[in-house]
Amino acid sequence: MNIDNLIKISDYEWEIPTHVRHNMRVPVRIFATRDLLEQVIEDKSLEQAANAATLPGLVGHVVVMPDMHQGYGFPIGGVAATEYPRGVVSPGAIGYDINCGVRLLASRLAHESVKDDMDRLATLLNNYCPSGVGTEGVVSVTVHELDAVLRDGAQWALKHGYATENDLRRTEEGGRLEGAKPEKVSQRAKQRGREQIGSLGAGNHFIEVDVIDEIFDEEAASAMGLVRGNLAVQIHCGSRGLGHQVCTDYVQDFQGAVRRYGIELPDRELVCAPLDSPEGQAYLGAMRAAANFAFANRQLLAFSARRAFEEAFAGKVKRGWELTPVYDITHNMGKIETHEIDGRLVKVCVHRKGATRAFGPGTPELPEEYRAIGQPVIIPGSMGTASWVLAGTAESMKRSFGSSCHGAGRVMSRAKAKREVRGEDLRNELQRRGIQIRTGSLAGLAEEAPQAYKDVDDVVETVSAAGIARKVARLRPVAVIKG
Amino acid sequence: MPFEELPHTADWALRVWAANLPALFSEAARGMNTLSGAALDAAPRLERDFVASGADAESLLVAFLSELVYYAEQEHTGFDSFGIELGVAGKDTHWLRAVFHGARLSQLHKAIKAVTYHRLDIVQTAHGYEVTIVFDV
Repeated sequence: MNIDNLIKISDYEWEIPTHVRHNMRVPVRIFATRDLLEQVIEDKSLEQAANAATLPGLVGHVVVMPDMHQGYGFPIGGVAATEYPRGVVSPGAIGYDINCGVRLLASRLAHESVKDDMDRLATLLNNYCPSGVGTEGVVSVTVHELDAVLRDGAQWALKHGYATENDLRRTEEGGRLEGAKPEKVSQRAKQRGREQIGSLGAGNHFIEVDVIDEIFDEEAASAMGLVRGNLAVQIHCGSRGLGHQVCTDYVQDFQGAVRRYGIELPDRELVCAPLDSPEGQAYLGAMRAAANFAFANRQLLAFSARRAFEEAFAGKVKRGWELTPVYDITHNMGKIETHEIDGRLVKVCVHRKGATRAFGPGTPELPEEYRAIGQPVIIPGSMGTASWVLAGTAESMKRSFGSSCHGAGRVMSRAKAKREVRGEDLRNELQRRGIQIRTGSLAGLAEEAPQAYKDVDDVVETVSAAGIARKVARLRPVAVIKG
Repeated sequence: MPFEELPHTADWALRVWAANLPALFSEAARGMNTLSGAALDAAPRLERDFVASGADAESLLVAFLSELVYYAEQEHTGFDSFGIELGVAGKDTHWLRAVFHGARLSQLHKAIKAVTYHRLDIVQTAHGYEVTIVFDV
C-alpha cells in the first residue's frame, strides 16, 4: 500500500477507503502528516490497518494514530470499535502486554533546588523499583492472594497500604475493571504473575524523572498539579508475564473459535470471537483480570518511587518531595464504552493497541477536577527527548472513539538501532546532557535510543492540530531507569 | 545457521528453514535462543517432556516455542537440543511429542513476550520447509 491509495481529508487526516481491499468492512482514518506517513510507508502499518478493518461487527472506522508502526496483526497506534454484543473481541488487537500504560506523578519540588541529587535519586529508584529480564517484584503473593489482585486491581494495593484514595481516583477505571474473572486466567499465567507485582520488566518499559519544562494550558496544568520547573515521575509498564500468558492462551484458543463461528480473517493473529459468545466472555473476564494486575503493578511501582523520593529528600528539603498522582492511563486495552456514531449512541468494545483513551471535557468517568478540562493523556517520549501531557477533547470523542496517540512510535528496528548505536556511547551522551541513566543492559539501552523513534513533538503537533488532544505541558527527562 | 533475522520495526522476525518439520521446529527454537542472547550452564543438564495437539503445524509451532518462552521466564531454563515427533491423528488434529534437553540459563539478554501467529505459514520448498515467525518483544 502507498500514499496514492489514500484519500487526503486534511493536512492531518487521511482515509483508506473500503474499496482498496475487498474484505474491508469499514474505512480506516489515519491521523498523520504526510511526513509522518512517509516514515512508515515502508513498514506494514497501513496494510495491518486495512487488515484490522476486516474484523466482524466494526462500526465507524478503524483509527490509526500518528505514532503508528508495524505490529504483529493489528498496527501499533490502532483503535477499532466493534458493536456490542454482535461484534467481536480480538485479543491480538489489544496485545500481549494487556493494560500496558503510564502513570504520572507530580512533586512540588523544584528541579533547580535538588539538581545535584539526581544521581542519588536515580540510584534509589533503580534499587527500589526492580527491573530487567524476568525480574521478581516488590511483593510475592500466593496464588489465592493473586486472585484478589486480579479481581480488585489497585484497590488491592489500597487495602494493603500501597496506595492512597487519591491514587485510585486518578487512575483510569479507578484502578479496577469491573467484570474481571480470575477463574478464566490459566494457572500458568498466575504462576508467571505471582512474583512479578511491583516490577518494571525490560524492553521499552521505564521509570523516568522529568522536569516540567513548559506549560501550554495553565488551567489544565493547575488542575493536574503541574508547575513549571518542578519534578515529575513517569512509570511505564504493564501486566508482565501474566498478561503475556493470558493473550497467548486466548490467541491459541481463538484459532478454533474463528472456525466454529465461520469468521474469515487475513491474518491469524487477528483471531476473534463474538463478544457475547462463551469464548468472548471468557477472554473479556481474563483480559480484565490481567488489566487489574497491571493497575496493581504500576501502583506498587509508584509506592516504590515514593520510597525513593522520601529517602532522597525527606529531611533534606522542607517540603514538596511527596509524589501526588496526576493520572494513570492505559494504552493496550479493550473496553466496553458508549459512543455516538452516525447520530446514535452505540455500545461498543473499543480495542486500543498503542493508543490512549482521551476522553473529553464533561465525561462522567473522569474525576471531578478533570471534568472541565478533559482527561489527562500521558505521552512518553524516547529517553532523551521530551514527553508530553495532553488533555482529551470533544473532537476526540467524535472522531477517534475518545482516543489519542501513546508515544513517539518506533521507526527503526531493534537490530538496526544496535548496529548504529553503542549503548555505552548513548549512556555517556545522555549523561553529558544531564540525564542520569540506570540500565541493566547497555544493548537494551541502544535498542531504545531516541533515534529509533519518531520525533514525539511531531506526533503531538499532529494530534493537537487534528483536534483530538490539547497540549497541556511538556516534560524534559533528568533520570531514566530501564530494565 | 539455518535461520536469519528479518527487519521488523518494533519486534523480531525470524526466517527459519530445514529439511523436515522436526528440524524446522528445532532450528526455530535455536534461532529464538540466538535472538534473545540465551546461554546455558554447562551442567547439570535437564530434560523436559512436552506434548501438544492443534489444528495444524503452525499451531504446534506456536505452542512449542511458547513453552520455551515460559521455561525461560519462569524456571530460568533454556534448551538447545530437541527430540521431536510430529503426526496427524485426523482432520484438523495434529500432534507433537517433544523432549527438551537443556540447562539453567547463564544469561538471557532479552525477554520474549510472546510467539505470534502473524503471517505464520509453514511452506514446503524444494529443500524442505520454511517459516517466518514474529515474536513480540
